[in-house]
Amino acid sequence: MLHKYKVNGGFDEMLCPKTGVRGHYKKFHKLFESLKPKEFQAKREAIDTAFLRQGVTFNVYGDAEGAEKIFPFDLVPRIIPASEWEYLERGLAQRITALNLFLHDIYHEQKILKDGVIPEFYVLSARHFRREFVNFEVPKGIYIHICGTDLIRDKDGNYLVLEDNGRCPSGVSYVLENRRAMKRAFPGMFESIGVRPVENYAQELLKSLKYIAPAGVADPTVVVLTPGVYNSAYFEHTYLARQMGIEIVEGRDLLVRDSRVFMRTTKGLQPVHVIYRRIDDDFIDPTVFRRDSMLGVPGLINAYRAGNVSLANSIGTGIADDKVMYYFVPRMIKYYLDQEPILPNVPTYLASEEKDMKYILEHLPELVVKAANESGGYGMLMGPKASKAEIEKFRELIIAEPRNYIAQPMIHLSQHPTYCDDNFDGRHIDLRPFVLSGERVSIIPGGLTRVALRKGSLVVNSSQGGGSKDTWVLYGDK
Amino acid sequence: MLSRVANSLYWMARYIERAENIARIVDVNLQLLLDIRNLDEKRLAAYWLPIVQATGDEENFFKAHRKATGAAVTEFLVFGKENPNSLVQSICAARENARMVRDQITLELWEELNRLYLFVRSPQAREVWERGASDFFHEIKASSLHIIGIIDATLIRNEGLWFVQAGQFLERADKTTRILDVRYQSLPERGVPERISPDEALEWSAVLRSCSAWDAYKTIHASDVHPRKVAEFLLLDDNFPRSVRFCVNELNHVLRRISGVAEGRFTNDAEKLTGRFLAELQFSTVDEIFEVGLHKYLDEAQLKLNNIGAALFRAYIFQPFEAPDEVHMVQQEEQQQQSQNQ
Repeated sequence: MLHKYKVNGGFDEMLCPKTGVRGHYKKFHKLFESLKPKEFQAKREAIDTAFLRQGVTFNVYGDAEGAEKIFPFDLVPRIIPASEWEYLERGLAQRITALNLFLHDIYHEQKILKDGVIPEFYVLSARHFRREFVNFEVPKGIYIHICGTDLIRDKDGNYLVLEDNGRCPSGVSYVLENRRAMKRAFPGMFESIGVRPVENYAQELLKSLKYIAPAGVADPTVVVLTPGVYNSAYFEHTYLARQMGIEIVEGRDLLVRDSRVFMRTTKGLQPVHVIYRRIDDDFIDPTVFRRDSMLGVPGLINAYRAGNVSLANSIGTGIADDKVMYYFVPRMIKYYLDQEPILPNVPTYLASEEKDMKYILEHLPELVVKAANESGGYGMLMGPKASKAEIEKFRELIIAEPRNYIAQPMIHLSQHPTYCDDNFDGRHIDLRPFVLSGERVSIIPGGLTRVALRKGSLVVNSSQGGGSKDTWVLYGDK
Repeated sequence: MLSRVANSLYWMARYIERAENIARIVDVNLQLLLDIRNLDEKRLAAYWLPIVQATGDEENFFKAHRKATGAAVTEFLVFGKENPNSLVQSICAARENARMVRDQITLELWEELNRLYLFVRSPQAREVWERGASDFFHEIKASSLHIIGIIDATLIRNEGLWFVQAGQFLERADKTTRILDVRYQSLPERGVPERISPDEALEWSAVLRSCSAWDAYKTIHASDVHPRKVAEFLLLDDNFPRSVRFCVNELNHVLRRISGVAEGRFTNDAEKLTGRFLAELQFSTVDEIFEVGLHKYLDEAQLKLNNIGAALFRAYIFQPFEAPDEVHMVQQEEQQQQSQNQ
């Protein structure tokens, strides 16, 4: 079925223009070729129905009927050979280690600022820098326990880091559900191709969470704290809670007494020791952050400060998501680890640097401009695809608030054969691996491959017409 | 178990049971009308109005409709968006409660409930409805019974299940009293009617069929349909799984499983009220009930069941889990997507 598929510009994951199907796709390609179009259709439909029935969905905001959509799933898997994955793993582990050291540093001695490696102004002006937590000891010194780092590949196939998500990265439930669906659809393929399993993510996550339990608690109670059923990732929250076998709670299920956190149960109040929170800092405690928050738990931060409850991720990690900080990550790696970054950044220009600002303003139609603290594809300008008016709007925004903007050259993401309109065609993809740091760093093999289903589009976000693929990390290179 | 979870499981079960009972009651009434001759508008209303009254939503109904015609009542009870207790709204509410505790129920249960929800909200549901109401109701009842089977066959025997069953039996007992009350206007205020007309016999057998009690009733009383026997069967029978006594007995067991308190004792109002009501059902005769007047008795029974529900809530849920401002809260939950960035 794939024989008509051609490379249509850019780096193609499956096909090499010179040698044809790449080594690590060969086995899959052969098995997939033997599939009849009818069988393929039947499998596709079966998976869609299964996702809808099981409620593997995300919520569409602003829809009065409360419609839920399935995250479109493409049956052609993205395949990563063992050696390439080993390289990615090393790079990601290096990065998370540096980020955790950086967070510890800026919330303590601030050596990196004093040594002038990062200008003080950038950190102190960051929206998500929580000065209330300076000199606060987080359990085991870990700030980011769960990190989703987005990777892309350029036109030569080099991996680049696009951004780090150190607050509440989501999407891991799709990794697990996609794999389940693929196993049901193609049971024969996994064994003969040799794909590394992803199933133990929940156990690893629970291990990382238990690791940070307050001292002296032998059998800690861990819970997932969700904003509630209307949150777009609610499915994921319940999914993870279920997989870990722990309670999923909302803010109103918890209360704080004497700086200790309890949940309200049918048998009275029961203590809680570790909270995997999927609520942002801003909403987590109305007595400390946003006063109008109804999702949070009044007094939670007090309990956290008293060391009676641990939070994952810690408070104040949002600064690592700041796109200006991203610019400095290679410097952090050099400064704290004395190593060269294994995974490079996308070349980045800071609007608040005079020289960069000049360059940005002169080259706006070629650049991608991003707001430092937005995500999900919001607050972004795609220069080459934008209208004149949009470009001018961003020009004003950048000049008005340079600290809040960065720019990057347009990266032509790698392409992957994807089923679209009764045919297989190249679509752009990225990769979000999920990095856990507990006693050690552990990374689920692969991660979430997102695919921009609109032809030529470079935006992979589900809110903007993105879908996902199963990601296969092989035991070998072929 | 989290109080909120217990609350959701309880309401999930109640709403499933509620949807099923609406299907039963409307279906049987539609079929009954096929057997009755010389129906004019006024007589028709006499058949439909009690159905609305039985569900307890009379006031709500007349806000939206002027007359109790067949079309208006069925629309109100089945699809009515303005009616929070309509069949479709009940299924939506059951599903919404299940969604909140998705991690506490089995995949099979969630899938079937979600399938039913997707069905009633699809255009296909209307098509089935327009082809024949009976097929539509069959689909709902079959799915509800399927769900009850799944609950029995897949849920682990723990507190969660006891709260599900508490919801089930409380709702079922309540609905049985309401179905039984549908024909009260043909009864004397107090005492047992001496003779009943053939039409009335048909009506009372419809009451039995609404509760899936027709077959069970026949094995005991052959085809002798009389309100006294029907009421005795639906209220006091020991073994029929939809009779009020049976349901209250089950409810009593379930409440004791939750608290671990032995029979004959109580630790909260829910246990006390249930035990008291059960004793009353166990030690009453149907003639005594007709002495009070069936309608009055059923009214009081409904009040007792309501009080049990409220007491259960006070005992285990502690406080109403309603957001102070639902809209605002939804906004904030959605706002959290800023960090999710899928």
